[in-house]
Order: sequence, then structure tokens, then C-alpha cells
Amino acid sequence: MNASLLGPELVIVGLGLALLLLDLMVPPERRRWLGCVAAATVFALCTYFIAQSGRTGEVQTAFGGMYVLDGLAVYFKALFLLAGGVVLLLAVDWTDHAGHAVTEYFVLILFALAGMMLCASAHDFATLYVSLELVTVTFYVLTSYQRDHVASLEAGVKYLILGALSSAFLVYGIALCYGAAGTMSFTELASQSPALAGSKLFQLGMLLVLGGLAFKVALFPFQVWAPDVYEGSPAPTTAFLAVGSKAAGLVLMVRLFGSVLPDLTLKWEPLLMVISGVSILYGSLCAIPQRSLKRLMGYSSIANGGLLMMGLAAASKAGSAAILFYLAGYLFTVVCAFVVASVVVQRLGTDDLTALAGLHRRSPMLAASLTLSMVSLAGVPPLAGFFGKFVLIRALVEQGASFPGWYVLIAVALAGVVISFSYYFRVIKAIYWSGETAEAPPLVLSPLVQAALVLCLAGMLALGILPSFVWEAAVAAVAGLRL
Amino acid sequence: MSPLIWLFALPLLGALGLLFVPASRTVLIRRIALVITGVVAFLALDLLSDFDAAAPGAGGYRFVQQIPWVPSLGISLHVGVDGINLGLLVMGALVAFAATCVSREIQQRTKEYYVLLLLMVGGILGTFASLDIFFLYVFHELALVPTFLMIGIWGRGEKRGYAAFQITLYLTLGALVALVGLVALYLQSGLATFDLVKLTEHLAANPIPAARQAFIFPWLMFGLGVLVSLWPFHTWAPLGYGVAPTATAMLHAGVLKKFGLYALLKVAIPLLPEGAKLWMPWLAWLCLGNILYCGWVAMRQRDLNLLIGNSSVAHVGFVFLGLASLTVIGVTGAVVVMVAHGFLAALSFALSGWLYGQTRSLDMTRMGGLLQRLPFAGSVMVMAMMAGCGLPGFGNFVGEVLVLFGGWKSPVLICGGLLDFRWFVAAAAWGALIVAAVYMLRGIRTIWHGDLAEDWKGVVDPAGGWRKMPFVLLLGALLVTGVWPRLLTDRIEPGARRVVEAVEASRPAPNLASGSPTP
Repeated sequence: MNASLLGPELVIVGLGLALLLLDLMVPPERRRWLGCVAAATVFALCTYFIAQSGRTGEVQTAFGGMYVLDGLAVYFKALFLLAGGVVLLLAVDWTDHAGHAVTEYFVLILFALAGMMLCASAHDFATLYVSLELVTVTFYVLTSYQRDHVASLEAGVKYLILGALSSAFLVYGIALCYGAAGTMSFTELASQSPALAGSKLFQLGMLLVLGGLAFKVALFPFQVWAPDVYEGSPAPTTAFLAVGSKAAGLVLMVRLFGSVLPDLTLKWEPLLMVISGVSILYGSLCAIPQRSLKRLMGYSSIANGGLLMMGLAAASKAGSAAILFYLAGYLFTVVCAFVVASVVVQRLGTDDLTALAGLHRRSPMLAASLTLSMVSLAGVPPLAGFFGKFVLIRALVEQGASFPGWYVLIAVALAGVVISFSYYFRVIKAIYWSGETAEAPPLVLSPLVQAALVLCLAGMLALGILPSFVWEAAVAAVAGLRL
Repeated sequence: MSPLIWLFALPLLGALGLLFVPASRTVLIRRIALVITGVVAFLALDLLSDFDAAAPGAGGYRFVQQIPWVPSLGISLHVGVDGINLGLLVMGALVAFAATCVSREIQQRTKEYYVLLLLMVGGILGTFASLDIFFLYVFHELALVPTFLMIGIWGRGEKRGYAAFQITLYLTLGALVALVGLVALYLQSGLATFDLVKLTEHLAANPIPAARQAFIFPWLMFGLGVLVSLWPFHTWAPLGYGVAPTATAMLHAGVLKKFGLYALLKVAIPLLPEGAKLWMPWLAWLCLGNILYCGWVAMRQRDLNLLIGNSSVAHVGFVFLGLASLTVIGVTGAVVVMVAHGFLAALSFALSGWLYGQTRSLDMTRMGGLLQRLPFAGSVMVMAMMAGCGLPGFGNFVGEVLVLFGGWKSPVLICGGLLDFRWFVAAAAWGALIVAAVYMLRGIRTIWHGDLAEDWKGVVDPAGGWRKMPFVLLLGALLVTGVWPRLLTDRIEPGARRVVEAVEASRPAPNLASGSPTP
């Protein structure tokens, strides 16, 4: 037994419980400091994991192999903690304006974060299900947190119903897999991988599991919830949902398909290709007419899920490393966009694109941040999104040498990216040269928002200009995959 | 440190530095931009004078420097020049300086404008200095967002939003298709490096199987073709240039657009010689679309900028024809046209920008007799238009003549010894020069001659040496390349010869038994 591996998760959960207790003693006007303390702790843990990423070679397990700490887990934990830290900063600023009971919002974010970290280490269907449910159930509350806000409640209900449905898929799939393989442990499943890839029952089970995970990543055909929930939820929740929940689904997919069941992955390549291609087209085409920034980001999230899925479909280490790098860039980019969306919704009362008019004069920093974020999402150098797309395309072209069908997927991805330029750049247009109304007062940003934006911008630029460090870390993290 | 790095690092650092200057200090901001582009232009000219003295390194490149960037993917910041990109760099730096000079017309949001301008200049010069395919691509893309924003914010007329999106989407599509081709080339080489020099050496000895070359080449040819407005993917260019602010049109039409041609010449043709042999006849036919069709379209234009834009697209056809000929003389001519057309396009858009600043309209039907009020701008424009129809004495003539010779000598256009298209292509290109003369002379007549309309009594010429300088600079460059073409051709020829020899030396490599026989 090696329970000490669970330390970081225990710190996060313990922090959450401690905040709940402290909430009783701290006067309401000072509760925001609890959020700051939480953010600081999360950032400290994150630096610990980044420092750890150097020694990714060794694989440690705990609880009879149900929990694993390897390069993949360390990489994703650093990612989740980084996202959690920035989201907490944003949450403090958001609750300052929303005027709700604050502490429980921070605590829920911490619990979701703990669930995501457990996902990164899940090495058994039981751990997988439990950790994923911890994330999902917490998000039911987080999405509907604005109780006096109909859109938020609607988002919560939609997420609840569809989330419950996907959980049912997941648990039924796990049951079928267990029935076929006689075990839930990934270690044992991995040893039977070639035989299981031929079993019809097991394949049916995995299909349902894939559906459950596709819900998290917002992939076709489990994508319908994303735009509504993104639009209705509070901005910090949406940011965490877009980055954390998506990455949690992806780390499980990478582990299942890359490390545990490589034979099944090779067999299912066409299925994974279709899922990613349709997601890219659906997300990109539906984003074109959107008027609301958050809703647009919802469709963009579907398209990006499809792009990420391409890396998995490539069934190669290069593809998986590309997923990891892309997600790191995506984290900074999307969180940056939602920080801006959060401020815009708070101050202007709407996230309609027309409300962005003249933003470059009211707050040059907000305007520049949103612009760079959109440019990075579109994939223009020297920002993180470009290098992410570059390594993804590289992984695909590499596969194209063996099977020309890949070029169809490449063409679909190119079409998706070109379409995505039209809506990402429409946001930029809305900021810089749409019809400006009369002189609007400048927007003053709180220090927390400024810190979050600076962090995101630095991350976007660093990953774009000096991608070497993170790329090598991603390559090292996927070295243990069996692809 | 190689002076080439300063060439693009200075504008990029300048753009960064301008962010910290208060937006209200417009004069200071403009002066900083002028000083930076002026220093860059000086550095480029200095490079030209030092070029022969510098020791050539691997692949005939001089002023070489290599800085590792992502070693595991074989990406490094590798800069160096041979005769081909030397001409483009000098042209780019001079056009950048001229474009900054004529940016006086920008009165609103000057800080944002100059930041974007310097960013664009840095991207453009970085592209032509890079010997690493990855950076070649990255620097080109760097200029995309500034182009979009500059057209959108400071562009003219109601159609600027549409034009900004059209140009961005077209350029993205072209760049992405080319990127797939570049990545396929990188993976297929098996060398795991984006270094152009190493790739060229390696692939000369171990060529890619002909079937793969035939598959990869069109990705590059059409992708880069969209970037250079190859017919029928050219529709973005005239409209985009028509509404763009003067400096953006100058930099894009004059310099940035040459990226596609340059990459075709430096990457696609020498690294994929079999693909080039197979696809170049197609390119030769398509470029006749540029030369003839776009020339024809230019004849019907009423807006001066659309006329210049269409004629610019038509001129690009000559470059394609020179490249497609795959002869030393044709390729040399193509590079000369690239340089001369850069000066010419920049000069034409600078002049039309001045005219627009005076008249707030470029509708040629409303003009006439303007030479009375604008003797300086008018005479320069008449000379530019003469250069545009290939009058001897200007750089364009030299290039176009060499291209015609190349097309006539070209082995590519003889299809299997059965049909000989050389005379047809050469005759068509010659006919295009007549078409060019028709629309240019007509343009001169309607704008400059005749009676002066009442509306234009108030227009004024560029006054003072400082305002005249950018026009004189560009016109002078055109004349220098025209009367002393060996300044360019002597330096271009070795590079062109290497490219052509790489194609001639290639023998169809046997398809590898392993791997797929067909793409």
C-alpha cells in the first residue's frame, strides 16, 4: 500500500473541508480571502507537480493498482491544478460582484479539481467511474449556482439530465466490460488486450464507455449540452468546464485507448476518425451564426474536442503527445477568453458580441487578451494554438503515409480551421471596428483579473514562442503508452 | 550575430516597445517607426554591398546563423541569404520604409497602426531571411492578423469588412494546405529536420519516391498558389488591395505575396523535382489565366485600385511562367520580376493612396486632367504605368523578357514530344503585354489627361523632399534594376542554376518496395 501518493488529492480535499469550517468563523466581507488562500495553495501544488515532471520515468501504484502515478498522471495533474488556480482567481472576482455566499463556490471548485486529479490517476474502472462522478456531480451545482438566474438554472438542469444519462451509459458499459473480461483493473485488462479487442460483448461495453467519456469532452454525438450549458453557467464554471472537464475526459481516453487497450484503438480507428471529423464540422458550422460569446465558445469547444480526438484516432505516441500539448495551450487560451467574458457579463450585463464594440478603448488589456485568445484558438503563430495544431497535423500526416483515408480527415480538419477563422475573427472585428456607440466609460479591472489575464497571456505566448519545454514534457509523459 | 537577425528582430522589438509608449504621443510613435524601418532599409542595403565579400557557406548561403529551437522536431531558427532572397529582402526593406513614410495619412489610432505595421514588417522580412521551413511558414503567418486588422480598421469604404474576411480566409486556406504539404515533405524525407539546406542536400542524394512526390507537390503548388493569387484562386487580391490602407496594400502586394512564389522556388521545386516536372505544365496553363484573364479584367475596371490590383495579379502570372519553365534564364527572370514587381506594386499603391487622400475617390470615370494639379505624382504614376506595361528601362522589362526567353526554351512545355506548346505560351504572354499596354495607357488618359473637373481644383501634389522621398525611392529602385540588371541577375543566377540543376539531375527514383506504392 502506497497511500502517500494520494497526498496532493488529500491536500485539495482537506483544503475544501477546512474552508467550509473557516466559513463559519470568517465574517462575510473577508471570505474572499479564503478563495485567495485556496488559489495560492493550488498554485503551490501545481509548481510541485511541474517540478515533479522531470522524473516521469517511474510508475508508482497504490491501492492494489487502482491508482497510478506515472508521467501521464503528473502532466495532467499539473494541468488541472493550473486551470483550477486560475479559475479560483476568477471565481473570487466573480463572487465579489455576484453577492452570493462565496465559500461554497470555492469549495465546489476544489472538489471538482480533486475529482479531475483522481481521473488522471484512475487505473481501474471503479476509480474511473467514481472520480468522474465526483467531477460531474460537483458541476451540477456549479452550473446552476446563480439560483436567481433562469439561464443558469436551465443550464444546470440540462447538464443534470444529460450528465445522468451519460453516467448511465458509462456504468452500463463498465458492467458489460466486466462481464466480458471478468475484471475491472486496467492492469489485467491490458494483459488481455488482444483477446478483448475481438470480443463483441467487450466492444459493446467499450462503446458505451466511449459515449460516457465523449460527453465530458463534448464530442459528437454527445455534444448537444455544451452550447446551452456554456452560455447559462457562471463564467468561472464555464471556464473550468471547458478546460478541466474536457481534459478529464481526455486523460481517461488516452489512458484507456493508448495504454490499456491499444489493440482496440487500432481496430476502432475509423470510428474515432468519424467522431472527430463530425465534431469538427458540427462545432465549426454551428458557431458561425452565434451572437453570444459564451455560446460561440461552446460550439468552438465541440470543434476543439474533435481536433483533440484526431490525435487519439492517430493511435500513435506523436498523436497523444500532440493532445497533451494542445490541451496545455487550450487551457491558457480558453481560460483567458472566459476571464474576459466574465468581466464583460458582470459589467455590461450581456455577452452579446455587439456589447464588445469599443472594448479596445474601454479596456485595452481586455481587448488585447480576447484578441490574442481568439487568434490562438484560430491557430496563428506565435501563439500556443498554432504549435498545438502543427503537432496535431504532423501526427495525422504521419499516419497518412500508411492509409490515405487520413487525408480525408486532414481535409475536414483544414475546412474546420478555415471556418473557425471566420467566427474567431468576427469576435476581433466586434472589438475593433464594429459600430461604436457613444463614449463609454473605461472598465477598471481588479488586480485578480489582471493577474489571471497576465498568467494566461504569458502561458499562451510562452507555449507559442518557446514550445520546447512543454513539448518535451508531453513527449515524456506519453512515453509509457503502448501505441 | 548575423545582420539578418536584426533585419526582422528590430521591427518585432520595435512593435513590442511601442506598446509602452502612451497612445497620445503620436509624433513620437511615428518617428520611432520611421527610424526602425529606416535602419532596417539601411541594413538591407549594407547587406547588398557586403554580399559578394561574405564567404558562402553550405548551399551557397551567406551570413548564416543557426539557433536551435525545438531540437526533437528538428526545428531551428536558421537564417542565411543567397542571391534569390537577397533581392527580396532588400526590396522588402525598402518597401517597408516607403510604406512607413506614406503612413502619414493615418490620423486615428496611430499607436495600434504602427504596432501592427512593424509586426507585419518583421514577419515579412523574417520569412525571406529564414532557411528553416517551419520558420519560413511561421513568419508568413505572423503577418496575417495585422493584415486583417489593418484592412478592417483603417480600410476604405463599406466593403472593407467583407474584404478583410475574404483575404484572411483565402490566405488561411492556402497556408494550411501548404502546411500539410510541408509536413508531408518533412516526414517523407526521413531526416527529421525542417532545415532547408540539409533537406536539399539529403534529398538530392536520396530522392523521395516519384509517386509520393507527385502526391505532395500539388498540396504545395495549390496551397502556395492561393497565397499568390494563382488563377482561379485570385479573387481575394484585387478587392483586398482595393480597400486596404496604402501601407498594407504596398507591403502585401509588393512583398508578402512573394512568399508563395519564393517557397515554391526554394522548397517545392528543388526538393520535389519529379513532382515539379509532372505538375509544372499545369502551372504553366493556370498562369495563362493570370496573365490573360486578369489582364482582360483589368481593362474593364473603373476603380484605379482595382485596376492596379488586377494588373498586379496579371504580373504574378509572369513569375509563375518563369518558374514553370524550369530553365535557368526563366527562373532568373522570375526572381527579377518578383523584385521589380514588388517595387512597382508598392509604388502604384503609394500613388493611388496619395490620390485617394486628395480626392477621396478612385473612380476613374470622375477623374481627368489631374496632371495639371499633380505634376509630380502624375509623372511618377505615368512612369509606373509604363513600367507596368513592360517598357525597357524599368526592372519589369528585364524580368519579363527573361521569362519569355525561358518559356521559349522550356523543356517542360513539350508534352512528350508530341505537342509543342512553347510557341503558344510565349505568344499568349506576349499578347498579355499588349493587353497591359491597353489598360495602362487608358488609365493614364482618363486620370491625367483631358479637362480638369471642377471637384478637383483643390488637390495638391506631395510637397517637400520628405513627402516625395518614398515615391522617388521606389521609382529609383525600379530604374536601377532596369538599367543595371546585372546587379540582380549576377547574384540570382547561381541560386537559380542550383534549383534548375536539382531538377535536371533528378532521375525517377524507384518506388520503395515497402510502404504503399500509391499515395
